[in-house]
Amino acid sequence: MTDSTPTIPSRSDTTQTVRNGLRRRYAAERRFKIYGVAAIGVALLMLAIMFGTIIGNGWSAFRQTYVQMDVLVDAAEIDPDGNRDPKVLSRGDYEGLIKAALREMFPDVKKRKEKRELYDLVSSGAAFDLRDEVMADPSLVGQTVSVTVHASDDVDMYMKGYISAEVAEDERRVSDKQIARIESLREQGRISTGFNLRFFTGGDSREPELAGIAGAALGSLWTMLAVLVMAFPMGVMAAIYLEEFAPKNRWTDIIEVNINNLAAVPSIVFGLLGLAVFLNFFGMPRSAPLVGGLVLALMTLPTIIIAGRAALTAVPPSIREGALGLGASRMQMVAGNVLPLAMPGMLTGAIIGMARALGETAPLLMIGMVAFIVDLPKGPLDAATVLPVQIFLWADSPERAFVERTSAATIVLLVFLILMNLGAVLLRKKFERRW
Amino acid sequence: MLQTQTSSLSYAHQTVEETPSKVSARGVNVFYGAKQALFDVDLDVPVNHVTALIGPSGCGKSTFLRCINRMNDVVEICRVEGDIRLDEGDIYDLDVVELRARVGMVFQKPNPFPKTIFDNVAYGPRIHGLASNRDEVEEIVFTSLEKAGLLKEVRDRLSEPGTSLSGGQQQRLCIARAIAVNPEVILMDEPCSALDPIATARIEELIDELRQIYTIVIVTHSMQQAARVSQRTAFLHLGELVEVGNTEDIFTNPRDERTQGYITGRFG
Ligand SMILES: Nc1ncnc2c1ncn2[C@@H]1O[C@H](COP(=O)(O)OP(=O)(O)OP(=O)(O)O)[C@@H](O)[C@H]1O
Ligand SMILES: [Mg+2]
Repeated sequence: MTDSTPTIPSRSDTTQTVRNGLRRRYAAERRFKIYGVAAIGVALLMLAIMFGTIIGNGWSAFRQTYVQMDVLVDAAEIDPDGNRDPKVLSRGDYEGLIKAALREMFPDVKKRKEKRELYDLVSSGAAFDLRDEVMADPSLVGQTVSVTVHASDDVDMYMKGYISAEVAEDERRVSDKQIARIESLREQGRISTGFNLRFFTGGDSREPELAGIAGAALGSLWTMLAVLVMAFPMGVMAAIYLEEFAPKNRWTDIIEVNINNLAAVPSIVFGLLGLAVFLNFFGMPRSAPLVGGLVLALMTLPTIIIAGRAALTAVPPSIREGALGLGASRMQMVAGNVLPLAMPGMLTGAIIGMARALGETAPLLMIGMVAFIVDLPKGPLDAATVLPVQIFLWADSPERAFVERTSAATIVLLVFLILMNLGAVLLRKKFERRW
Repeated sequence: MLQTQTSSLSYAHQTVEETPSKVSARGVNVFYGAKQALFDVDLDVPVNHVTALIGPSGCGKSTFLRCINRMNDVVEICRVEGDIRLDEGDIYDLDVVELRARVGMVFQKPNPFPKTIFDNVAYGPRIHGLASNRDEVEEIVFTSLEKAGLLKEVRDRLSEPGTSLSGGQQQRLCIARAIAVNPEVILMDEPCSALDPIATARIEELIDELRQIYTIVIVTHSMQQAARVSQRTAFLHLGELVEVGNTEDIFTNPRDERTQGYITGRFG
């Protein structure tokens, strides 16, 4: 100590040096702050643009054009025997009734081509809506019923202003005659726009106006449940074992390296694994959320384990020593002292993994979750698709109406993500009491 | 109840010479990997007395202390050789959980659990199943806090986090936590290193009271503290036990010149 004294500069020199550097040091600090704010600003701007376009494109899908029509439920057509047998009723030609009602509204239509154009104004789902109504209340047979049916996607697009009458006729999907009919319907007050309930309750459909997100949303829900149930407990237990109990030797080193590598494996590889093992070897059902969940759980597991181990190592050793010093067994120490402190970190890891799994498409294509599925999945074994795959499918469809549905589905996916994160934040809050 | 029982057998008022040892170490060698931290340490800890371990930083005081309750087992690279006995029984023949229940430890840095004050003290009795119902737990918690001299200060805030206490209070909380298990020996690793003189004085008083019931081994960097609280002092240097004896003798009449140098402040 004493022999270093001569090299210490005199007091005034030191002060001067410090003073000279001050301006530069503060400037560096200011610059850094500006960079930081700029980075955050750019990120927020991008986010705003992304949300802006998605919501701007997608929100119109939440509304739908409906056509009100008076349909004569002709007893001769759908119930020739007159005994209201549901079997007979369900096989009736409701499409014919709808078409007849349309012809009724526009008696001037004669030519075949014109008729086809006229029929195209309402959705092909109109016949099913009518049938459901009649099946529910057979007393309607023989009466003229006022039904509100989905307009076809082209009419819907026209009403929403996505198809302009100014464009040359052969370049748009709605002909001049159709436009004239729509306008006349509008004048009669038969055209209305309302909340698109079907989008939130229906499964997929080839007809955009009938296509809903509920199937995919339920599929995602089942899949995420499967992931959560399998990946979280397994990941947490693996992390605890590796961090707290496993001896540190070559084997655990190899395991650790492999887990780290697994976290970086492209997701489609997990899809191939699922195809080979779960479908081909174990013969599990194709397109099932359970299998999707298994595949995604495998994909998420390394993330959860790594985050879990990081959370465990972050628990101060003094806490462990305190517990062990009082005679706690290892298990008591882990369960009573370490885990409560590590839980928020573990949850974060799990949520990051789950969020990635929620947005994952590629591995699910491998196990058939890309199929066109109309029915809503009622359980983890029913065939289903998931939100990102649905977005992919719709984005791939040529109809204009699917464009807004693609964006709307993205909004639903984002809402899913936000809800999941919110849940995680709340859970963290619960565990993360400040001590 | 236990207090009266043990105090009737207490050797606290006897001289160190006529007191049996609670802990006796023979030929203890400790290695951290290839590096040896303790060399052939022989030490007896008399029952109901305070034994102070002194020595310059890095000489192996903590290491020795941690041998007694086998806390070094937790350190992956640490290897302990030699014979350490608790009441004539080899500590390696005891189950480690039982050993640590009998040999409590207070760490250099207060380390209350992130739980309430009550739960901190109740932790030991709970994990060992020492109390069968809430009332018994409460009884243990209150007597332990009382013995640690903390009850008055925390009586109204038992459900506040232990970490909300001041440093000195936290250290006494850790002492209460150790006492709650009703150990036979309490190991204290520099319990006052982070405390102000007033808190230090309280803990020293406390140590003196506690030795009526328990056997205490304390590591300290303060010569005065060693002189005040201990009856027996061991001086370690570079992993060797240089000298051990009655505290008075060590401080007034050290035999080894290294001891003399250390206590007079010539090196350390
Ligand atoms: N976990 C460990 N790994 C490796 N070496 C260690 C470890 N713990 C202690 N040592 C080494 O063992 C020697 C004794 O350390 P110890 O902690 O017992 O010293 P100490 O006397 O308690 O010092 P201090 O008064 O500073 O607390 C030191 O040289 C230290 O570097
Ligand atoms: Mg130490």
